[in-house]
Amino acid sequence: MKELFSFLPSPFDLLAACLVIGIILISFIAVSGLFFTWLERKVSGRIQDRLGPTRVGKYGLLQSVADAIKLITKEDTSPDVADKFLFKLAPYLALCASFVAFVSLPFGNGIVGHNLNVAAFFILAVLSSEVFGVILAGYASGSKWSLFGGIREAAQVVSYEVPRSMCVLIPVIVAGTLNLNTIGVQQTGFFWQWNLFHDPFTFVAFFIFFIVATASCKRAPFDLAEAESELVAGFHTEYSGIRWSIFFMAEYASMFAVSGAAAILFLGGWHSGLLPFEPSLELGWFGHVLNVVVFVLKGWLLVFVMMWMRWSLPRLRIDQVMMTCLKYFLPISCVLLVGVCLWELFVPTIVGQVWRWASAVVCALGLVVLLVQMLTKALPGPKAGLPGAWEGMPTPLLRAKSA
Amino acid sequence: MILFTAIASATGLSALAVVLSRNIVRSAVWLLFTLVGVSLLYFLLGAEFVGATQLIVYVGGTMVLVVFGVMLTAQQQFLKIRTRPQEWIVGIVLAGALFTLLATVSLRLGEGRTTAPTESMPGTGQLGVGFLTTYLLPFEIISVHLLVVLIGAAYLARAKRRPREGVASD
Repeated sequence: MKELFSFLPSPFDLLAACLVIGIILISFIAVSGLFFTWLERKVSGRIQDRLGPTRVGKYGLLQSVADAIKLITKEDTSPDVADKFLFKLAPYLALCASFVAFVSLPFGNGIVGHNLNVAAFFILAVLSSEVFGVILAGYASGSKWSLFGGIREAAQVVSYEVPRSMCVLIPVIVAGTLNLNTIGVQQTGFFWQWNLFHDPFTFVAFFIFFIVATASCKRAPFDLAEAESELVAGFHTEYSGIRWSIFFMAEYASMFAVSGAAAILFLGGWHSGLLPFEPSLELGWFGHVLNVVVFVLKGWLLVFVMMWMRWSLPRLRIDQVMMTCLKYFLPISCVLLVGVCLWELFVPTIVGQVWRWASAVVCALGLVVLLVQMLTKALPGPKAGLPGAWEGMPTPLLRAKSA
Repeated sequence: MILFTAIASATGLSALAVVLSRNIVRSAVWLLFTLVGVSLLYFLLGAEFVGATQLIVYVGGTMVLVVFGVMLTAQQQFLKIRTRPQEWIVGIVLAGALFTLLATVSLRLGEGRTTAPTESMPGTGQLGVGFLTTYLLPFEIISVHLLVVLIGAAYLARAKRRPREGVASD
């Protein structure tokens, strides 16, 4: 990117390149944020047996645009007791941290803001500083609910950072590099080349990483910082209008960032898993477009799973959250780390190949069977009775029948 | 060069703000900006690993704990820092001495070298190999030291329970 602006004098070519990359990334974050708010409502609607937005645009697709207009025109209030400077700064700090993670996230082969040699480490470092926005918002609001939210968030993120780093370390040991672009290139080919199927430890590590990453994005069932049943709205109780929406943009951005990192580290990055070659080398610019599309789809799929988890599971208590981290995820990830080292050192290549094939085929078959079952199963009609303690009670359907 | 100057002066200014700010939480936030600025300087000079380490250790770890601690202890009487004149004098003398020391040392470091080093920064691979071969003993000493500190901190922070009858206290 820097070469494109080589007609400018020395520091300005770098600045121009930074500006262009920044604009592209921030537009991507904003557009996927709009899409995610719509998707979140639709997913929650489907899970809670209602329709979600339907009025604005086809399938309610323009609902997020309408929301954005509402949020921008809303009054930007701040409480009297708030520390005004920190109160105004906090949402931007949160957004900055999630945004900077995108700089070293490769969207395709070589399509990356800056190809850092320590990209995996860098993303961990940057995402762990996202918590600052939340803590400062909690403190600066001058409200007890917000302070509780901020303190819970700090405790939660600092503990979940440890298993998250360990789970990132596992594919890094397999790949032998911290460069995310190289890790992606190493997984070229069919889907059994993905790190997910490298050995049993990376397979488990993916699920642990995904859960821990959900927790560190403060998503339900780990959204203790918001906990609307206990803390009104947690750290963003006092925020309104555009600053409130920046917090949510930061949350969706970091959700996509960790999903993208999971896709690169475990799920083959920008490879669709169905082509035996690297698309960008064989198909030219079309291959690059294909790479970006596949990568973004993988990221969105993982974000969709996060939403699915959010609306299906009840929120944990704070002691349960800490216990899950310290008593379960931490030991499990330590065992996985040692296991993957031993596998790399002592297991012969042939066993590794057999495991790769077997696990990949079993997973693919299982997925196909599950999809076919889900799509062909007859939908349950309305039942003429109530379950459990209400069994035998008259329902409208029963009454209609008897009438 | 222009970028370096800009970032370095921004870092310096926020470091000044740490000292001059009267509100302890704001001081902590300015300290955060100073540390981020230092890591930006590392990135600009090509030391990616050191920059990312600075971010994860100081910004992600230490500063979270500092802000956390400051938030919990920032009650009315501790929130505002009142500095007495004699403290100003001691501070200025100490800071001046430290600055002279660092300035002379860093100026003397550059004496022997006439041109900037051309070879690229060592990557993480070389660093790791260095840790496990040439610098194994210092590395191990620091690791054991950190472990001791960790256990000590856990021991100090442990909830004090009164030993019950029939149950071993430890």
